Amino acid sequence: MEQGPVGGSAAAASSAATTGTGSGGLLLPLSESEQQRYSELFSRCCPTPEAAAGGSSVGELFRASQLPPDTLHQITEVCGAKRVGYFGPAQFYIALKLIAAAQSGFPVRIESIKNELPLPRFIALKNDSEVRYGTPAELHGVKFQVPHATLEKNSYKRTDEGDKQETKSPPMSPICSPPASPSTYQRIPLSYGYGKSRSGLEQQHGAPYEVRHSTHQQDGTSSGNYGAKPALGCSTLNRSLSVEREQQDSSTHYSDDPWRITEEQRDYYVNQFRSLQPDLNSFISGSVAKNFFTKSKLPIPELSHIWELSDVDCDGALTLPEFCAAFHLVVARKNGYQLPETLPETLLPEYLQAASLKPLHDCALFDSYSETLPGSQQTRDFSRTEKTSAEEVPDKSALLQDGKKDDKQALKVSTSLKTIPKEFQHLTVKTAAQESNALKARPRSRSYSSTSIEDAMKKGEEPPTPPPRPQKSHSRASSLDLNKIFQQNTQ
Amino acid sequence: VRAGVIYSPPQNYPLYIRSIPTENELKFHYTVHTSLDVVDEKISAMGKALVDQRELYLGLLYPTEDYKVYGYVTNSRVKFVMVVDSSNTALRDNEIRSMFRKLHNSYTDIMCNPFYNPGDRIHSRAFDNMVNSMMMQVC
Repeated sequence: MEQGPVGGSAAAASSAATTGTGSGGLLLPLSESEQQRYSELFSRCCPTPEAAAGGSSVGELFRASQLPPDTLHQITEVCGAKRVGYFGPAQFYIALKLIAAAQSGFPVRIESIKNELPLPRFIALKNDSEVRYGTPAELHGVKFQVPHATLEKNSYKRTDEGDKQETKSPPMSPICSPPASPSTYQRIPLSYGYGKSRSGLEQQHGAPYEVRHSTHQQDGTSSGNYGAKPALGCSTLNRSLSVEREQQDSSTHYSDDPWRITEEQRDYYVNQFRSLQPDLNSFISGSVAKNFFTKSKLPIPELSHIWELSDVDCDGALTLPEFCAAFHLVVARKNGYQLPETLPETLLPEYLQAASLKPLHDCALFDSYSETLPGSQQTRDFSRTEKTSAEEVPDKSALLQDGKKDDKQALKVSTSLKTIPKEFQHLTVKTAAQESNALKARPRSRSYSSTSIEDAMKKGEEPPTPPPRPQKSHSRASSLDLNKIFQQNTQ
Repeated sequence: VRAGVIYSPPQNYPLYIRSIPTENELKFHYTVHTSLDVVDEKISAMGKALVDQRELYLGLLYPTEDYKVYGYVTNSRVKFVMVVDSSNTALRDNEIRSMFRKLHNSYTDIMCNPFYNPGDRIHSRAFDNMVNSMMMQVC
């Protein structure tokens, strides 16, 4: 065994590990041989020493350890890669150690790797001259910190469903680290699968990012496969969000779309929403949301932009789908994605509502206004009714003709939510989005020139339920401050 | 050739300035700033009747040989000023009104953003896009 480069590689490993965004972490003692072996494996799996391991090559490596897929899942989870979403050196090393533990018959736990263990065995790796290693010598070695995900928001998990599919396109995207990424790691998708079947090749491109797809052929056991894979799979990803894996439905086929919210993420977001606002049909006011999102430590202009994108009806409050979209954008930004100029289609509230198939809108919507903006009820009503359904497209055409009427709102309320197959929802979402954009412009077409203070005062005293008739002169912003001005003027 | 500015009360410092083309910007800034006097004058002229109908749209503030200045003030005393080329006679009053209305709408959208502190300069991309498209339309 070579002893020479151990020190150098160990130093590189430790420096790479500590540059992660971690405040605390595990101290993992590695023996010399382990250190050398691990760093060699790591460098094989990733092209540059400072980057994280390529997901597919990691996957092949793990599969080569001949452990059952469940164990490998467990290992991924325990080593923290699942939590942080990528295989940094720390996660990789821990994973290797866990593999060794599993192969020695120990349970997959953090505790088991604190002991001395034989080196993990990987069968039929291309560059592996020695298939097996003996037991290591001492425990001295490099201790390095395992950066744990600091931000709770980054800790999303992957759904490792059996029917999940991934596709890869043959041309590999060049390596490019996200510009504003807080850590030096490159984000690699956990795109390995253990024994899952994959099929087909799909290619998609998003505007601000490059989506990487991977095709894994049905895994044969030939070593030729493994040999070919590292070469193919070692290129790292440009911008693919590591946990953006949507479950494969039978009807629709999602690929690596970072702007698509997975089921797990959605659940997480919904729970967060619940912590701020127990009623899922209601919304979070602007100040509450501001405090919440400020905790993400993104700069204020970016948060402002995220808000702009996600508050589709511009009412200063976030409903559940708007909140999910905003949260998702925050998560994406923290992972180094550039914020898009316009809201991606998959983050539109109508789309999210349709996708969730939750009966979010009913009478509760109209009753549960928070009265922060008394004058804004009008437009808010209107936008609520806009948002209320991707399904109620026919009602929207009625909306266009009738203008804002209370009876129409009652009609909406009484209309029950129908669950429409997803394909149709896709279509209705598109038209609904266009219509809602057109509709949004409608209330603004009224002339503001005759706004008066009394009108605004009247507005302020109206009850939370939708007022009978919108007054032509209503303007949202004016009624905001009119009360103040009115009081000033009367003094 | 146009410029638009939003001024905020009470110190009347500009929240947002945009002009096309971008040369001669200083001249537009000066023009707009001096037109504030006219705006204030108009506001105070209506001061007695403040409680009643008050026109938000102030109309042509004053024409010069080169350009015309239009004003608009919101109920919260935020002033919008627009400078238009005199040669652009195709621009009718209605269009100016609608442009101000659009500006006002976008401004209220910005206000809804909880991360926006009133009195800050406006950096919203959506707002920029809207203003740009509006100015392109006319030029």
